[in-house]
Amino acid sequence: MEGWIFFAVLLAIGFFFGSRAEQQHFRDLQRREQALGGLVISVVGAKVALPDAAGAELFVGSVVVSSDYFKTFVAGLLKLVGGRIGVYETLLERGRREALLRMEEAALAWGAERVVNVRIQTAELGGNNGQGIVALEVIAYGTGVR
Amino acid sequence: MTVRSRSSASNIILTNIETIPGSTITQHLGLVQGSSVRAKHLGRDIAAGLKNLVGGELKGYTELLQEARQEATDRMVQEAQRKGANAIVNVRFATSSLTQGAAELFVYGTAVRVG
Repeated sequence: MEGWIFFAVLLAIGFFFGSRAEQQHFRDLQRREQALGGLVISVVGAKVALPDAAGAELFVGSVVVSSDYFKTFVAGLLKLVGGRIGVYETLLERGRREALLRMEEAALAWGAERVVNVRIQTAELGGNNGQGIVALEVIAYGTGVR
Repeated sequence: MTVRSRSSASNIILTNIETIPGSTITQHLGLVQGSSVRAKHLGRDIAAGLKNLVGGELKGYTELLQEARQEATDRMVQEAQRKGANAIVNVRFATSSLTQGAAELFVYGTAVRVG
């Protein structure tokens, strides 16, 4: 019985604090993305000549995001029936946008006009034993050009 | 917040495109690489375990991986300097988790001389 209460408390903490943090994070992301303004990001550019460029530099942005208790539990249930796991979609979106933003902010601080050849990578950290934490690292990197 | 791509001890230019804008490549010096294997330590692990309850960014791990990536990059830059390069083009990053709790950060690129 106590085990169940403990579990319910954890679930409630995960749900309330997790979703509040997520909403805050999304608002923060939106605000920072708007603040970036005119920086041009492109995925092509590895082979394109850049005759007008005076300097280039590699920029990396990375973040480790983790799932909360509630998300992990819901995802566990959803895995039984398969299909879309929305709780993890938002988690990945947060990670990706955050990593991209950090790269863009670093490039902007250096004075970049655009960032070319952007690559985004995701690596799982938690290990997959079902017990450990669900955490993944997202890194975004590209060449800033001014 | 981000990994500093330029090592403090050197002025090697890194890009992940095939050229260095504003200068021409005069000589290719081959592949250079650097790697670093890191494990998280207990203090960070406990903090991350607690943070995992509410989710969000695990700052301890973000920093840990950034340090590791910086170290891998520094090693790559050192190798390039030994070869006499002054720039590295086409830099790529790779991460692989070895076991639960340890990850390898790997960086590689082509060392070149630019004029």
